[in-house]
Formats: sequence, C-alpha cells, structure tokens
Amino acid sequence: MPEDAKSLRIQLNQIGLSKADYRGNPTTLCQGCGHNSIASQIISACYELDILPEDLVKFSGIGCSSKSPAYFLNRSFGFNGLHGRMPSLATGALCGDHTLKGIAVSGDGDTASIGMGQFKHVLRRNLRLVYIIENNGVYGLTKGQFSATADEGLSLKSQGTNPYMPIDIAWEAVVGHATFVARSFAGDPKQVKELIKAALSHDGIAVLDIISPCVTFNNKDDTTHSYAWGKEHEVALHELSYVPPEEEILVEYGEGEFEEVTMYNGSKVVLKKVDRDYDPCDRIAALNMLEEANANQYLLTGLIYIDQCPPSLMEIYNLSETPLNRFTEKQIRPPKNSIKTVNQMMFSA
Amino acid sequence: MPDKQQIETGLSITQLPEKVNDFSITIGTVNGSGSQTSNLTILRSIFKMGIPVSGKNLFPSNIKGLPTWFTIRVSKDGFIALSDKREIVVAMNPSTFDDDLASVSPGGVFLYSEDIKSPVDRTDIVVYTMPVKRLISDVDIPSNLREYVANMVYVGVLAYLLDIDMKRIRQVLEHHFKEKVKPVEINFQVTEHAFNWAEQNVEKQDPHRLEPMDTTQGYILTDGNTAAALGSIYGGIQFASWYPITPATSLIESLLEYLPLLRKDPNHPDKNTYVILQAEDELAAIGMAVGAGWAGLRSMTSTSGPGLSLMTEYAGMAYFAEVPLVIWDVQRAGPSTGLPTRTAQGDLTFVNFIGHGDTQQIILLPGSVNECFEFGWKAFDLAERFQTPVFVLSDLDFGMNQWMAKPFDYPDVPLDRGKVLWEEDLERISGIWARYRDVDGDGIPYRTIPGNHHPRAAYFTRGSGHDENADYSEDNINWHDMLSRLKYKYESSRDFLPPPVLQIVEGADIGVIGFGSTDPAIQEARFLLERDGIKTSYLRIRAIPFVDEVRQFIHQHSQTYVIEMNRDGQLNQLLSIEYPGLSTRCISIAFTDGLPLTAKFIFDALISHKEK
Repeated sequence: MPEDAKSLRIQLNQIGLSKADYRGNPTTLCQGCGHNSIASQIISACYELDILPEDLVKFSGIGCSSKSPAYFLNRSFGFNGLHGRMPSLATGALCGDHTLKGIAVSGDGDTASIGMGQFKHVLRRNLRLVYIIENNGVYGLTKGQFSATADEGLSLKSQGTNPYMPIDIAWEAVVGHATFVARSFAGDPKQVKELIKAALSHDGIAVLDIISPCVTFNNKDDTTHSYAWGKEHEVALHELSYVPPEEEILVEYGEGEFEEVTMYNGSKVVLKKVDRDYDPCDRIAALNMLEEANANQYLLTGLIYIDQCPPSLMEIYNLSETPLNRFTEKQIRPPKNSIKTVNQMMFSA
Repeated sequence: MPDKQQIETGLSITQLPEKVNDFSITIGTVNGSGSQTSNLTILRSIFKMGIPVSGKNLFPSNIKGLPTWFTIRVSKDGFIALSDKREIVVAMNPSTFDDDLASVSPGGVFLYSEDIKSPVDRTDIVVYTMPVKRLISDVDIPSNLREYVANMVYVGVLAYLLDIDMKRIRQVLEHHFKEKVKPVEINFQVTEHAFNWAEQNVEKQDPHRLEPMDTTQGYILTDGNTAAALGSIYGGIQFASWYPITPATSLIESLLEYLPLLRKDPNHPDKNTYVILQAEDELAAIGMAVGAGWAGLRSMTSTSGPGLSLMTEYAGMAYFAEVPLVIWDVQRAGPSTGLPTRTAQGDLTFVNFIGHGDTQQIILLPGSVNECFEFGWKAFDLAERFQTPVFVLSDLDFGMNQWMAKPFDYPDVPLDRGKVLWEEDLERISGIWARYRDVDGDGIPYRTIPGNHHPRAAYFTRGSGHDENADYSEDNINWHDMLSRLKYKYESSRDFLPPPVLQIVEGADIGVIGFGSTDPAIQEARFLLERDGIKTSYLRIRAIPFVDEVRQFIHQHSQTYVIEMNRDGQLNQLLSIEYPGLSTRCISIAFTDGLPLTAKFIFDALISHKEK
C-alpha cells in the first residue's frame, strides 16, 4: 500500500487501486435518475472485482443512458457511438485487443427501437460484452415520448395514451440466443451489483435489462417503470451472490436451497432459492417465467438464463495471442518476396 | 440438319478487307449456363497469343435464366475500352437472338447455335451455324454436365475461325481449373471436338483473324476487386466488415481467398491475424470498421451505392471523431437500387460530402487495376496519418471485369501508422497529452489505442461536441475551433495524396480531365482526335481534395473537357466549387447508360461541342 494512501486511510483493493480510480466525471443526468445508481454499482463492482480499468472498454449509443459511461471508469477507454449502433462499434473495437472486455450501456430506445437489429445480431455473435439496458420506457433527452418498452395504456403528459404492446428486452434476449440474460431494478442496488459482477465473469454476451426509472418523465407510482411500482412488485427469482475465484462459499445453505453456477474464470454465482425452484440453464423455463411475470404484472428480477457452452466471437475467430493492435509492420505486411508469388498466381501471358 | 454452314451474305469474301487483331467478340448466353469458363478461355487464349485484350461482362441481376453478354476487345494497338462496334457476335440465347443478330456491325460475323430455330435475314454479314446439341452428344461426358459444357462448342468453333492454337486452350483450362484433371479433360474434349468439326465442315468466309504478337509479355490479366484486395493485404489489413452487395462482394471474397496464403503468424500458424466479418447490414458493417479503426487496426469495409447510403452517419461521425478507416465504394448505376450490375461514376459528389453538417472526405480515384492495388495499401497509410475515413472509388467495370495489367509492385514505402502514443510514449511525456490537441500545428492530433495500459491513456470518444481533452463541450468558441482544425487537416492532406497524371501535348489548346475507369476510352478518343488534327492534353485526377496542378491545367487551356460516367457532371461540379473563376473554361461531357464509356462517344461529344 502506498504511504500516502495509508496515511489517508484510503481503502485499496487487491490490485492497489482506490475506488476513486474507478470513478468518472460528475453526472449531468437528473438527480434521482436510476442510471446514476447503476453507474455507482458498476464502479463498486469493478473495484470489488479488482479489475484493472484499462482492461475494460466502455461503449454506448445515444440517449440519457448512453451518456452515463462518462460517469464511471475514467481510466477505461470509451466510445459513445451512434444511436442504436453501439453493438457494431463494440464488435469491431474488441477485435483490436481480444484480451479486453466490453461494458456497454444502452437504453430502451437505443436498444429496443432504433437498435433492435444490432442488439439481436450482437447476441448471435456472443461478443464478450456486458450489455446493460437502462430501461425506463420513455425518451428522456427528447422530453418524454413513449419508447418501445412503454406499457400498453401508459398515459404521459402531452403524449396521450400508448396503444401498442411493449417489447420485453429480456424475452428478446433469451429468444435471440443471448448466453447470459438477467433483469434487475435500479432500486435494488445490491442485486444490480452482484449481477454486474456475474456478467463481467461471463465469457460471452451478458444482457442486463435493468428497470431504471426516469424521475422526470415516467415515474408515476402506477407505471411499471417507476420506483414505487418496482419496489412493490419486485419478485426476485433467487437471492443472488457472487463469489470470486478461490474464495470459499461462507454461507451455509441447506440441501436443495441453492444453486451454484461456476463461471469460466472460476468464480461462482450462488442462487439461493426464494419461493420456488428455478433452473437458469433452461431456456424454455426462462421464457415461461418471463411470460408469467408479464401476465401477472410483477417485476421479475435475477439471473433469468445462462448458457456457458457457445464459443465467444473471439474464440470463433481464433485470434493470435498477441492483440492484433500490437502487431508490427513485419507481422502485417507480407514479405517482399511474396509479391512474386502473387503475380504468378494471376493469369499471365 | 445441314452439315454445311449457311452463308447468307451479299458481300463477296474478297471484298472484305482483312482484319487482324482488331475487332471485338460479343457472346450472348443465358445467365448461369456456365459461359464464364468459355468466355474466359477465349479471352485468356488471345492474351496468351500476345495480343492486347480486355473482357467485359454485361450481366443481369439474376441467378439463372436472364440474358448475359461477354465482350472481348482484341486490339493490336492496345485499346482496351469497350468498343462501339460488334464485329463478331456469338448467339447462344434464343431470347436475345434477334437483337444479337441486329447488333452485328456490317461486314461482321454472326455465329449461332443451330438449335435456335430463328430466321437469319441479314445479307451484309457472314453467318455461321454450329450444331451445339449434336456435338455435345458425340462426346462421352456425364449427362448432368452437358448443359454446362455446351458453351465450349463456340470456343472450339471460334478457335478454328480465328486461328487460336488448341494447345493454348489447354493451358488456359489448366490454369482455370487449377490443374484439376477431370474438368480440364471434359471442357477440352468438347472444345477440341467442336474445333475438329469446324475444320471439316466450315468454310472460313470472314476476314477476321488472330496473329500472335509479343505485346502482352510480362502482363497479367486480372480484375480491380482482386487487385484492391491484394493491395489491402500489402497494406496490412487486419479487419474488414462487410455486407454482400454487387459489385463490391468479390473484393471481400478475394481477401478471404488470399489472406490465408499471405498472412500467417509464424509463431502460431494455427491462429488468425485478421478478422473478416459479414455484418447484418451496412449500418453495422461500417460501425464495426469504425470500432476496429478506433482500436488501432487497419480496418476497412467495401460497398456500393445503397450500402454507402446506409453508411453515411458513421462516415460523418468517423470524420468528426477522427477515426481512421478505409471505405471502398465499387460504384454501380444509381440512384436507388438502380442497375446493380452496371457501371457508373455517380457517387462522387455524395462521397465528397458524405455526412451531415460540414463534412468533407478524402477520396482516392484509381484509374487502373494497378492503381486499385496501389491505393489499396496507400489508403490505410492516409487514413491513419490523417485519422479520418479514406474513400476509394472504384466501379463495377474495374471491379468485376478483366483488365490487362502490369505485375503488382511491392509497396515502396514503410507503413505510416500516424501519430499514436503507446505506454512508453506516454511515460516519456509524463502522461500529459490531450486527444484533440494540435501539438504539431498540422491539424493532426495524437491518439491512443484501447489496450494501452498507461493510466493516462484512456479518453472518451464521442460524436457530440468535445474539447481538446475529448470531454463533452457545447462551447461555441471550442466548436468553431474544432471544425476549423478539421478543415485545416483536410486541406493539408492534398500534398500527401496521389498527384494527378499529366500528359501535356505540345501545342494542344484543349484540355481533357477524367478519372477512374474511363481512362482507356479517353486515351483512345484522344488518339482518334489527334488523327483528325485535334491535339489534346490530358489530366487524370487521382484524389480529392485537388492539388494546384489541376487549377494550373484548366488555366493553361482555353477549353477543358471534363469527361465522366454520370448524368450530372459531378467532377465538373466539384471543380466549379473549388475553382469558381475557372468554371466557364470547363465543359462537362457526362453520360451514363450503365455501360462503360466508349472512345467513339467521347470523340463524337467533343467534336459536336466544338462545332457548336
């Protein structure tokens, strides 16, 4: 521990970084915005996981949510891309250095409207990316229009009543072959943090659909994207805790009371049973569960689905151990004598 | 069925002057019938005889069934543009028979399959028939392959009529099928059988003939997309994302063909050193390429008109956020879906300004297959040097047709990776740097690349207003300064771009400006003009923004004809913007019908304007 840190009694993690090393710029979002609480949990999760900020790359699209990567991890590279087209950007960028992991923040407009195409395709490719959707059912920066996840029948100031069925992002993710799908609630920071930790330990795409209330435009107590509704209707699938690699599971659980998922890096996600048995490896059960939650109007949270078998995009491409962006001229330009061979391959007189 | 050919010509044979190594052969077939092998065999055999040739495929947007034509220009003088004449026409497609017959130039040759039972009513040409079905049934080949080798019959008959050595045909087939014995044998058998039949049954009536030369020695025959892909490989390409679109698809397919041969990590031969990724659309294709370019890879995408429309927003963002990447636009005829399998130069103004707000992009304009190769690697150097998208405008004629070319030259300069700060560089400057600060006064800032582990390396890239530190900014002075620097950077790129190619003719008062694939037609037109006593100087533009030589050239000539393959005279428009004072000296000759320009069109257009 550095001397100055010691004297100031700054808490350092295993790699000698303080929480300040994970911070970003001050937020410019509204006070009480769910997105700010998620940004704090990202900071805490990375700090507690002893992740070097330089090993993460931040991505976002356009919208309130997409501004938030500026509010955490200043020591990580970040790219705030185009509306709905963050997934393609992340796909290309992570090929630059396959040892890096992506953490992306998007919104319900950015993902479920303009970005639905890229969202679906990044799932298929199983990019090593934590893909957080800060879902509030409304467009904030353009002042309160309905998004594609807005409830049918929702009434908003100067917008009238929404006549359309909402898109369920977690459902779309499971159907679209995402290999890690969770739903959470910004009003449940403990669960958000544990899920982010689990997602960061997943070797593939990890979708976190987080209900993150918009305090300015869509936070009335009776709407499903509000704090009050979430607090009242949240039903957790399980009590979820993340156990780092080589750490013992300290809490004693009884037989059949919990399920343990071992992640690729050796860490464990412990899912303590709440009301019923739930197997997050069963895709059909996941869809049934989501359907049931929607039908009965409750906010289902937790790890909905996980499949650790499919290879990630980087495994599929089988890239060299040296990151591609560290390759030298000699490694990327074929040698001089090869041009003769090339010309011989062409049709010549 | 008559064994002897019909001769229905009013001209006596002796009246026709002998035509040696100077004519074009147009072959009309059905798309998907395997005519490509036949047509390439003829083209390559003539090329192997040492005679300059070019091959242009006029094909439909269709998998199977619609008409397709292949034109081989044979020119002892080395003119390889599309010819306006059709001296020899081969008709294998019943649905285009009448038009094909009508298209034969007077005194020309019409060779057709006698299985097409249509009347031939022209007396000013020589007509030959060939019993295609019967000749095929004579040869012992599997019945399922017969349809595909039927087109080899006209290869054999033409070989007899024009004097192509069967040994050359075998060599060519061996190259085509990469030494695979069975297809070589089957195709050769049919060709040889047709040749023998013609030798015994056809009396040569027409004056067209081939004679070996030694002009093609040392040349290769290839297409612009292959050249572009190989050039990109020699430029160290590491990432390409794409979405299938004619006529750009074969560029990426060539990458996939040649990269495994040319790029191996010697320490890990089982691992890959590049990524070629087929995206879900062009919105994603360019998004990926921008991501990869930002992350320090030599990154590209290739597309054509409609795809380019979808790429617009990211192209503008990459300009503004200063991300290097290369975008190949293999142009086809637009607007909209347009003519997807026809050529044009209609994207020039669109690409020049692609992106909303004040956006100007660097454009390279290859004018030969060799330049497709050269600009293939140069584009990466320029993109990384100027931290901006670089567009390369090719077209379908270059991309998908067969061109004579000199062997490709190995790049003569090392890679230019631009201003990049890695860990040790940041260490040296104590981590004090700003992503968008113009330290050197050339408008080009320094950049860092993800994966750089220096704690001061990271910055936040955005398409929204940002200051030197890449932090969000709506400040008016900052915004103005940022846009001004980008303009300055663009302006200063001029001197690093491929300069125009100049051909100044002593005493010429007329200037001609062109770019891209129209070069052979322009050269031939200038030859025709000079024959008629009209001298022209020529400047071929190879990049935008223009250099001062362009201004001087226009200034030095009383009239400058700007020749291009589009409706609106787009290069002329850009010249008018750049040199408003000289715009009255420029005369636009712009035309597009989906086909490559011919020398005759340029000649006629120029003469008719002069006479006005």
